[in-house]
Amino acid sequence: MGLFDLLARWPLLRQVKTGDTTALGETAMSERSRSLEPRTAHADRVVKSICPFCAVGCGQDVHVQDGRILDIEGDADSPVSRGRLCPKGSATFQLVTGTHRVKDVLYRRPGGAEWERIPLEQAMDMVADRVKRTRDATWEATDVHGHDVQRTLGIAHLGGATLDNEENYLIKKLFTALGIVQVENQARI
Amino acid sequence: MPGLGITLGRGGATTFQQDLANADCIVIQGSNMAECHPVGFQWVMEAKERGATVIHVDPRFTRTSAMADLHVPLRVGSDIAFLGGLIRYVLENERYFREYVVHYTNAANILREDYQDAEDLDGLFSGYEREKNRYDPATWQYEGVEGALPAAGHKEVFAEPGAGARGETGGLPPFEAPKDLTLQHPRCVFQVLRRHFQRYTPAIVSKVCGVSEAQFLKVAEALCANSGRERTSAFCYAVGWTQHSVGVQYIRTATILQLLLGNIGRPGGGILALRGHASIQGSTDIPTLFNLLPGYIPMPHCEHSDVLAEYIADHQSDTGWWHHFPKYIVSLLKAWFGDAATAENHYCFSHLPRLTGNHSHMQTVADMADGRLQGYFVMGENPAVGSMNGALQRKGLRQIDWLVVRDLTLIETAEFWRTAPEIQRGDVKTEDIRTEVFFFPAAAHTEKDGSFTNTQRMLQWHHKAVEPPGDARSELHFLYHLGHRLKALYAKSREAKDRPLLDLTWDYPTVGRAGDPDAEAVLHEINGYRVADGAPVSGFAELKDDGSTACGCWIYAGCRAEGVNQTARRKPGREQTWVAPEWGWAWPANRRILYNRASADPEGRPWSERKKYVWWDAAKARWTGEDVPDFIVDRPPGYRPSPEARGMEAHSGTDPFLMLADGRAWLFAPSGLLDGPLPTHYEPLESPVQNALYGQQCNPARREWRRRGNPYHRAWDDPRYPFVLTTYRLTEHHTAGGMSRWLSWLSELQPEQFCEVSPELAHERGLSNGGWATLRTARGDLECRVLVTPRVPTLKLNGTWVHQVGIPYHWGVTGRLRADGANELTAMLADPNVDIQESKALTCDIVPGRQATRARAATGATQPALPPGLPRLHRDSPFLGDVSHAADAQETEES
Repeated sequence: MGLFDLLARWPLLRQVKTGDTTALGETAMSERSRSLEPRTAHADRVVKSICPFCAVGCGQDVHVQDGRILDIEGDADSPVSRGRLCPKGSATFQLVTGTHRVKDVLYRRPGGAEWERIPLEQAMDMVADRVKRTRDATWEATDVHGHDVQRTLGIAHLGGATLDNEENYLIKKLFTALGIVQVENQARI
Repeated sequence: MPGLGITLGRGGATTFQQDLANADCIVIQGSNMAECHPVGFQWVMEAKERGATVIHVDPRFTRTSAMADLHVPLRVGSDIAFLGGLIRYVLENERYFREYVVHYTNAANILREDYQDAEDLDGLFSGYEREKNRYDPATWQYEGVEGALPAAGHKEVFAEPGAGARGETGGLPPFEAPKDLTLQHPRCVFQVLRRHFQRYTPAIVSKVCGVSEAQFLKVAEALCANSGRERTSAFCYAVGWTQHSVGVQYIRTATILQLLLGNIGRPGGGILALRGHASIQGSTDIPTLFNLLPGYIPMPHCEHSDVLAEYIADHQSDTGWWHHFPKYIVSLLKAWFGDAATAENHYCFSHLPRLTGNHSHMQTVADMADGRLQGYFVMGENPAVGSMNGALQRKGLRQIDWLVVRDLTLIETAEFWRTAPEIQRGDVKTEDIRTEVFFFPAAAHTEKDGSFTNTQRMLQWHHKAVEPPGDARSELHFLYHLGHRLKALYAKSREAKDRPLLDLTWDYPTVGRAGDPDAEAVLHEINGYRVADGAPVSGFAELKDDGSTACGCWIYAGCRAEGVNQTARRKPGREQTWVAPEWGWAWPANRRILYNRASADPEGRPWSERKKYVWWDAAKARWTGEDVPDFIVDRPPGYRPSPEARGMEAHSGTDPFLMLADGRAWLFAPSGLLDGPLPTHYEPLESPVQNALYGQQCNPARREWRRRGNPYHRAWDDPRYPFVLTTYRLTEHHTAGGMSRWLSWLSELQPEQFCEVSPELAHERGLSNGGWATLRTARGDLECRVLVTPRVPTLKLNGTWVHQVGIPYHWGVTGRLRADGANELTAMLADPNVDIQESKALTCDIVPGRQATRARAATGATQPALPPGLPRLHRDSPFLGDVSHAADAQETEES
């Protein structure tokens, strides 16, 4: 490399030459920074989503490659959020991909001191069995005043404000058909 | 919901976030919008850049206050006094929008002669039944109308005996009830309102709220100057208003004020309820709430027979939109019970279980703690941290046989048996807890298809991006497969009790290798379809009461019109009008501003060019404009009903509130509210001061849970707990922490629990910035760091200084960040209308250092006795005699 080349790469000279007085333009780039690209560039698809935290309802773009999420960013198309996300929304990538996610069904037996891993199908069978047993044991055709009530007060449910409408719909539908009336969430008022 | 619902007809936000940009003045009260809804706050900033005045009324100075033109610090729990003062100012200074008030509200209606106001009864209204702790609304009615007027906004309360008179009104139809359009009649709603708020003077506001008269007048003047034909003002609120024993009436007060100023149904106006979870609006629309069926249809009570017609008679309104009630309940029953539901068997109406009273969350917890519950499902919630009196919640969990928790990670509710404070302290032993616990890992929103309903009633679809890890599954998957298992277990049953389950339609197609039910098939059922060919309906107007249509949630009908998932529409905002009607889908009928008929004058012309939105196009004989008109689209402004008219025919061309029986907004609520027809300032159950406005101290109809594990402080001036305590959220954490305390990115930003105190309180109690403090209530105690800051000012009230302590409530004992959460301090106590907790205003003590004992009332700890010789205080009016339960509460407290 000749002296001339070396001099030509000197940022100050380049700034003067190109008139980039603030050094925020082309002169701030190096070979390395020129070749940098966002990790989302390799995404094979962008899946449209909505932020799961508060109820502003910001649009999210989920960048996916080979069945793996690369990153989650704000959706500039959304007329509500116009591409912005708050600190929580910006942490959605960690929320859905982080190591805190539990991947197995866990079971704690009465009096037990530890969790035990059990297969999903077995756990589903056990819960169905508990529901039937409790429901049958606590069924109330009529209440203490003789009113026809057709229900169980032995089982209750809490949750829903972070779930999808379709999920809430199945909760309400199934539990009502089972005669469970204590179906609640914190969305009061 | 009923704060807005009873007054206007629907419980949802009246406007949408982008519309805030059109406001000339925005009052944010009961919300820290900049920190809790940061991205929505851009629309407030947009309005400010366009010249709007932004006002923040809040006990704490926050980032919202920093961006506002004016911050007004008021005492926690005094908002009705402040808003009532504004109403008085508007009325006394003739600043109301007269034409709007006369034509669009019930201001002109004349009330019965025997109605008595809080003015006459020292804080109570006529009809109070002391023994039952409740009101009979018979005297709150319009003159000439027999029976109670059905409260359209929130139907289930009018199933209460006396509140709905079986849904029938006798005498005159409501639209024929006598009115005085000059608003001069001494018994007209307008004059009753004026008298009711007469005593809410600037001086009283100052005395009750701790706000200077000058500051109060500045807010009043800004609001009045920015309302009227040419200008509009908006209100934003969040749980700072709702979580009080009189929370519904907070919202009622603001709604009345906005109606008087003519700000409802108009661009840049309205009331924006800021909800805190992605689908909290959705979870009341399709309710996981005990008292509702989808679409605000009430659950049947035990008084209802198996005859559907009788239940319908209780809920159908003779006039107004709820005249269509039979179509919605029949279509719902068809959606659920399919071919089994026939006209002969009342569409399986008897398959629905019956209510006998309050089955709300707090009551369930009390029942659990008393051993009356066996099984509990918790999906996406963390009551051990997020609900009142955390120790009592956990006591409940210890008494049940089995618990199912579904979440992303091992939250405190799943781990209550080994990490709870009472376990760590040794009060309870893990091996003694017999509860069987199942933890199911949940799929995240990126791992499933589905819709959220955001704060502006807008449904937005999120698409599945990847498969969930391991055995993680969606709730949709869990419920669908649980349902099939139960159907199989009961398949051979001949018992009547199992018929509903066996008749239940449950055949959704599944997709993918895990067998996920197709979320769009569920949305199809929610939207509604024709039974004959399964074709989706395009809106609720197509629903029928003859069994020919099925619909899972009538207010969502149209969300899948023409078989297209309207909630997944994503036409970029910049390619549409500012209303952006082709992004997502808002209920009802994709309307973005509700009651938008009111954006035009009675003749159908925009009130002003500047605030033009929806108007009558005489040439086309239709309503038209920027939005879907919230009105009968071809009803001319000049239409007047005949005296025999029923249903929607009974609404004239000038009645913009079509859900209400009389089509006009209810400044005064003849029914539907359990704690009075007009908002009245009551102190929180635990207050530093006596009620300065009335002898009645607290909401007379509030719900208490008087039990040893849930003790209350003295009504006011309790020397053991002299300071006000309020709870709040931070930007970097989410509710009970299940979605934030496990993330390193967020935990790094807000790593530790803290409380905020004023320099004056720090001086009085020897607290130092960055040091430790211990907070105590009768329920429990906790330690946290102290932030000494003038942001939580000490206020001068009526000559005495009131110190306030603020604490965020996100923390718990598992996860990356650990601390005893703020709800270890709070008590179970509720607003009567909606059973919401009072977690924003209570009293506490604070001392320096790490002195927490971690003893809990729920595990048998007792609180210090009142100093000897201190006079007994009755929580309710000394002039009206003892309210029995309140006297009992004192007994409990002192025992």
